[in-house]
Amino acid sequence: MQTTDQTLEEILSLAAAQFKVPRETLNPDDDFFKTLRIDSLQTLDLLTKLEHHFGVELPDYELQGVSDFRTLAGKIQARL
Amino acid sequence: MKESGVYEAGTDVKFANEEGALSWALVDGVVELALHRAPCNELGSASLEELEKFASALENMQAEAHALIIYSELKPGFCAGADLRELYQRAQTIEKSEAERAVRNFLERIHRVLNLIDAAPLTTIAAVHGVTFGGGFELALACDLIIADKMARFCFPELRLGLIPGFGGIPRLKRDLGNAVMRDLLLTGRSFNATKAQQIGLVSQVVGEGEALRAARATAAQLRKFDRATAAAAKKFIKPIPHDEMRQEIDIFCELFARPAVQAGLRKFVESTDAQPYLP
Repeated sequence: MQTTDQTLEEILSLAAAQFKVPRETLNPDDDFFKTLRIDSLQTLDLLTKLEHHFGVELPDYELQGVSDFRTLAGKIQARL
Repeated sequence: MKESGVYEAGTDVKFANEEGALSWALVDGVVELALHRAPCNELGSASLEELEKFASALENMQAEAHALIIYSELKPGFCAGADLRELYQRAQTIEKSEAERAVRNFLERIHRVLNLIDAAPLTTIAAVHGVTFGGGFELALACDLIIADKMARFCFPELRLGLIPGFGGIPRLKRDLGNAVMRDLLLTGRSFNATKAQQIGLVSQVVGEGEALRAARATAAQLRKFDRATAAAAKKFIKPIPHDEMRQEIDIFCELFARPAVQAGLRKFVESTDAQPYLP
């Protein structure tokens, strides 16, 4: 099974590709709403991409209040 | 930004009609209803009037058609559901009892339209992408088949407002799905992606990004090979409309709508800047 660090790296790469920003501009503890300037519809798109990429279900309510990549990685790791 | 709904050269287009929130055309024996009210086809009083016009036109087009495709031309998704801003703002300007009567009237009218689509003797296809929430989900459920872009998401967020779905969603879900899945959708208010929706039996095909309309047209072309009367008889047999439950749903919705908590929920939603405003 992959480690949380690997999961985190994949999330960062996926977010960079999805929102067309250089990977190196994203950091694990960034507030992705601020860094990526994403709205509610883009948040849903990111959720869908993450579910497809990791092959997991991420109930919206588990992600409520999650705003940094590291915490998000922990939530996904718990479902792998 | 609009998704492409352009027809190929040589296509036989009849009865084309353009309204503000939607447009329709009869294309090679397929009625195509395109939704295009920004930001995401929210269903308010103007959209309902246009849907009623479409419903009347559909009855006239049915004789020349074998299928109906409903799709959105807007990038965010198929339909985000009822226009909650309009609902909230109207409720602020009229007496409480008048607002309750207006809500019941709106629900009865939209039920008539969706029942007509549900029972149309054509095979009906919802080609969905992106946000397919609340009333938008209910519009898709009125169709015989749902073909979903892999980025589509489905959700019934009504409970966050202190309401239940009011456009026939619960009876139609009960018709199509197991009760445990329904409880998950309704009671948690969480959203499902297209793959999950296919696994639970809601969606018949999941296709790549931007491919839902093309897949729906390909499916409609296949349907043309079947005898229409047979297809209509099969549909009537396997897809009865649960009218009693539809009426119950309206009553429960109106009863809930009368509570002050609903106005507070609507205000919270309208004023929300949350990234997940559909969650409580």
